[in-house]
Amino acid sequence: MINRVEIFTTVFDSRAELRKRNKKIKFITLIDVYTIEKNLTQTELEKIGSLVSNPVTQKYYVNKKDSKLFINNKFDWAIEIGFLPGVTDNVSHTVKQIIEDQFNIKFLGNEGVYSSQVTLISGKLNKDEIQKIADSLYNPLIQHTYLKNYKQYVRDHGMGFAVPRIKLIKEPTVSKVDLKVTDDELTKIGKSGITNPDGSKRGPLALDIDYLKTIRNYFKSKKRDPNDIEVESLAQTWSEHCKHTIFANPIDEVKDGLFKHYIKRATKEINKKFCVSVFNDNSGAITFDKKYLITHKVETHNSPSALDPFGGAVTGIVGVNRDTLGFGLGARPVANYYGFCLADPRIDKKLYKGKGSTQPMLSSKRIMNGVIDGVNAGGNQSGIPTPQGFLNFDERFRGKPLVFVGTIGLIPKKIGGKLSHVKKAQLGDYVVMLGGRVGKDGIHGATFSSEAMDSGSPSTAVQIGDPITQKKLSDAIVKEARDMLLYNSITDNGAGGLSCSVSEMAKESGGVIVTLEKVPLKYPGLEPWEIWISESQERMTLSVPKEKWNKFKSLMDSREVEATIIGKFTDSGKCLVSHNGKIIMDIDMDFLHDGLPTKFLTTTYNPIKHEELNIPQEKNLNQTLLKILSRLNITSFSFISQQYDYVVQANSVLPPLQGRGRVNAETSAIRPNLNSQKGVVMSQGLYPSYSDIDTYHMAASSIDTAIRNAVAAGADPNYLAILDNFCWCSADDPERLGALKRAAQACYDYAVSYGTPFISGKDSMFNDFNGYDEKGKPISISIPPTLLISSIGVIKDINKVVSLDLKKANDLIYILGETKDELGASEYFAMQGEKVGKKYIGNKVPKVDAKKNKKLYDLFFKAVQSDLISSSISIGRGGIAVALAKTTIGGKLGIQVDLKHIPGNVSRDDYILYSESQGRILVSIDPKNKNKFENNFKNVTYGLVGKVTKNQVFEVIGLENKKIINLKVDEIEKAYKSTFKDY
Amino acid sequence: MKKPKVLIFSGYGLNSEVETKFAFDVAGGNAEIVHINDLISKKKKLSDYQIFAIPGGFAYGDDTGAGNGYANRLRNHLWKDITQFIKDGKLIIGICNGFQVLVNLGLLPALNLKYGERELGLMPNEIPRYTVRFVDLKTENNISPWLKDIKSLTIPVSNGEGKLYATEKTLKQIKKNNLVAFRYYKGKMCEYLNLPASPNGSIDDIAGVNDETGRVLGLMPHPERAMFFTQLPNWPYLKEEYLRTGKKLPEFGPGLQIFKNGVNYFK
Repeated sequence: MINRVEIFTTVFDSRAELRKRNKKIKFITLIDVYTIEKNLTQTELEKIGSLVSNPVTQKYYVNKKDSKLFINNKFDWAIEIGFLPGVTDNVSHTVKQIIEDQFNIKFLGNEGVYSSQVTLISGKLNKDEIQKIADSLYNPLIQHTYLKNYKQYVRDHGMGFAVPRIKLIKEPTVSKVDLKVTDDELTKIGKSGITNPDGSKRGPLALDIDYLKTIRNYFKSKKRDPNDIEVESLAQTWSEHCKHTIFANPIDEVKDGLFKHYIKRATKEINKKFCVSVFNDNSGAITFDKKYLITHKVETHNSPSALDPFGGAVTGIVGVNRDTLGFGLGARPVANYYGFCLADPRIDKKLYKGKGSTQPMLSSKRIMNGVIDGVNAGGNQSGIPTPQGFLNFDERFRGKPLVFVGTIGLIPKKIGGKLSHVKKAQLGDYVVMLGGRVGKDGIHGATFSSEAMDSGSPSTAVQIGDPITQKKLSDAIVKEARDMLLYNSITDNGAGGLSCSVSEMAKESGGVIVTLEKVPLKYPGLEPWEIWISESQERMTLSVPKEKWNKFKSLMDSREVEATIIGKFTDSGKCLVSHNGKIIMDIDMDFLHDGLPTKFLTTTYNPIKHEELNIPQEKNLNQTLLKILSRLNITSFSFISQQYDYVVQANSVLPPLQGRGRVNAETSAIRPNLNSQKGVVMSQGLYPSYSDIDTYHMAASSIDTAIRNAVAAGADPNYLAILDNFCWCSADDPERLGALKRAAQACYDYAVSYGTPFISGKDSMFNDFNGYDEKGKPISISIPPTLLISSIGVIKDINKVVSLDLKKANDLIYILGETKDELGASEYFAMQGEKVGKKYIGNKVPKVDAKKNKKLYDLFFKAVQSDLISSSISIGRGGIAVALAKTTIGGKLGIQVDLKHIPGNVSRDDYILYSESQGRILVSIDPKNKNKFENNFKNVTYGLVGKVTKNQVFEVIGLENKKIINLKVDEIEKAYKSTFKDY
Repeated sequence: MKKPKVLIFSGYGLNSEVETKFAFDVAGGNAEIVHINDLISKKKKLSDYQIFAIPGGFAYGDDTGAGNGYANRLRNHLWKDITQFIKDGKLIIGICNGFQVLVNLGLLPALNLKYGERELGLMPNEIPRYTVRFVDLKTENNISPWLKDIKSLTIPVSNGEGKLYATEKTLKQIKKNNLVAFRYYKGKMCEYLNLPASPNGSIDDIAGVNDETGRVLGLMPHPERAMFFTQLPNWPYLKEEYLRTGKKLPEFGPGLQIFKNGVNYFK
């Protein structure tokens, strides 16, 4: 029996008000609907209604067939939005729990709860207009919508009683895959996948012909054809995503590959004692103090976010949280971190994946709002503070946004006398799956966009994420089971699901056998290969010793975390999977992990030469400053910072918004252990636009900025580690690979020169979009090659951090470091080019002198420790002008600055103001510390450029001794906050 | 004098139990984090404690209304223990999600000491989005021991559903019976940050409520997130003032006083 419980808010509802954007809407109201498929009495249903609503602000209706009760006026339209079958529906999960707890009953078989929402609208709107409103409210990949006008609603007695129950009636089968076919056919299998009995294709394996031939030879030697699950499993394990083949394979003369040669070697040569676990676990870890380690990991979730921005971003953030839980025996997440590279949300450029204007991409605005909401939901609900993040805009992120998500964790060095970062599944241990259940989510995740979806088919590839299920799992692990030493090893179920996590952990013992029918499913009817590779969220894989199983299981039961034995670790040298008593996968561990053939990559490199720019000197520098402050890459995004909880866990030290003017800071600091005075400083650097000139200097600047930002806030330059996230495009093009190699080379050069080791990294190599524009013409969009460098440092005393806001009138302003004519690919050039409808790039990209900078940073740290710095801000995008503006907005104080005193040899006012030379920091100090300060920096370049004033005026004197900028701080603040003021 | 025992609830998505325990411990209590299911299974007993706190979090993902799911579970399994706890003259505090739980459980405001009826709603903020910021609170209430010696308080809010709603009748009684524990007002921090007094459009600017005994307190803002000096948004500025006047930096922030009041009640 299908029942419908509808909750109607009787008082002002701000959620509904938000949807009143169309001016023709006179009245709007929301009804939360829970459709319950279960036999329940009217009394029980009434009780449920009262349980899921608040009588003070809401009314509930059970199986109501009358339209009048909802609102006094009759409405004109009703829109109902619910989930497609199989899509994670967290609200319904809660309602189910509430019902089960209340009546002490269980939902069985086809019984279930489904949530949806009805929007009732009154206003003179035609069908097209109402359809447009509906379209703006739902995503067809995960939701369906029903539209009814008032007449239809009355005629049908409401919206109807449908449930999106998933219908899968197939008997699970295992089929053989014939690889003894022609090269052409083999290529086809790699591209479009294994053929189903009905002739349809399962979706790409992303295995090229060499890989498939290697697999064919392997099974030839075993004298049999592979099963589908075996091929699918190899495709996962050997994927670019899991094996990072581009970074691992030999490339030109670099025989050991980019990763080993440039990244890992740098860390090895730097040889910092604080590096405890680098590159071999789910996160990298450094020493925090005698008792604790700090971990860090940054991931990307780009493709999923392009299609379902909300779901993509939620699963991104809770996914990287699991990289923390999966570090060593389990670290506790203490801070989240985000970065979004997006296209301008104000431009509505239509793009289609399919020919003839089919499969439209979401608008830039929807993508931006979705990813912001996703990290909000994932981070806030998990109780992890999110103090640090950034935005970067370029129209080339229109086809694929970059969604960076990171998590910092804390773990005791030793647990029960054992080193916590060492873990090993032992022979005979149970393979245990913990957390959520397995559905069709994320199967062939990267490729689902090519599949046609209709409202009746299960939504396979989109994942939504259920932060609360993961929170329960997380608490049970890092707050309880871990310290009781109830398991020997733990890892995350991420890409490739069980197929990757189990076979990876099996390396520790030397083999594994999995009994696949034991895996708990969300709904029946999954094929064995699907269970094995599904990427359903919120799951970890653990190895639990037999004698600890009962204790482990009863702890998990009492925390409502599902734990299931799905196999056993062996030393057979094989990865075996059985299903209903039959072995369906039997592959040697060696082959599974190391059988993939080596590829020899070659690159080309042709230096890029742009037109040398000689743009006219800007006359109105007042307007120029206001304009650059409102640009997407500079403007305040406080609306994001203040919706991401950064005060939870009580560890906030340097918040994301600083000073009176609440300026977005590049660097944050936390106190991860409340019992300690020690802190963690985190920041980042990235310059996608510099790749337009030279990826070597792009990478160098990213590293310098990540380090300098942290140092400017008080980090110790000798206690910093960095992480690399390469997001590239068309990585099969030798020229792109050449650019990649140059960036990797810079990573080695600069990490070593600064003595700052890499501890973790990740890459995403194909960020390209191929589709059609609004006129139906084929279009390809590739992102600018992007390298995100994230920095993390440990400081002894949190009281010694420095915020960016000016503190007191009459303080002295200094610029440390040298300003050069380095405006290539700068924000200023981009802005001036747009003014005349051209793309200004130039060639003089900032170059980094690491030796000189390192000396400055060491002295800077000394000055901070001696309390000589009152405010400091690292000079980055937008140069000195933007840094000065931010520090004045922060302090709500004025400045008088004279460009003649700025060290360097630039001869134009506008170039001095907007050059993006690296290695510079802007500071203000208490005048009584002048001598001490200048003495401290006597061996490096610095200039006393002006002072802080009380009068709230921003005053800059140019090279010709004229006042070139004269603005009120209020005007500057207004410009800085203008772009997203309505967000 | 023995330290009073404080139980901090956990489980189902509550998430501020660690720092809430820390605050009670610093305040001189003996706090322990207890999973709700350990009380239901009788592994732990509510009656062994003098104070219980429901900390902030996202229990049940805020689904069906923030605090509702956890309140249902408490009502179904621990209702008797909770009412006995109140009868025994002990203290209860609900912070943020904990306040939402207490409201849904009908422990607040419990007009005429009738516990169990829902009389308030905590709705989505005026701008329906999660909001984090510091607020200034003032109190004119002298009923609640939790509020002893507190005239004003500067601590952060961090929630999506913090807008208090009451019918006119209920509101009148709340005011008459002196049950408004905290109101948002434009104090020094609002001035520093240039922000309006109320973060969410709460009725009558109410930020926290106590019952008629004063021993049950609920508030949306988080005192534990302002227990250290370095949690204040203006501390780097204040630090400069301290340095320049040769004073030592304070260690603690304003939020700690609430926890001290709770603990000292039993001393």
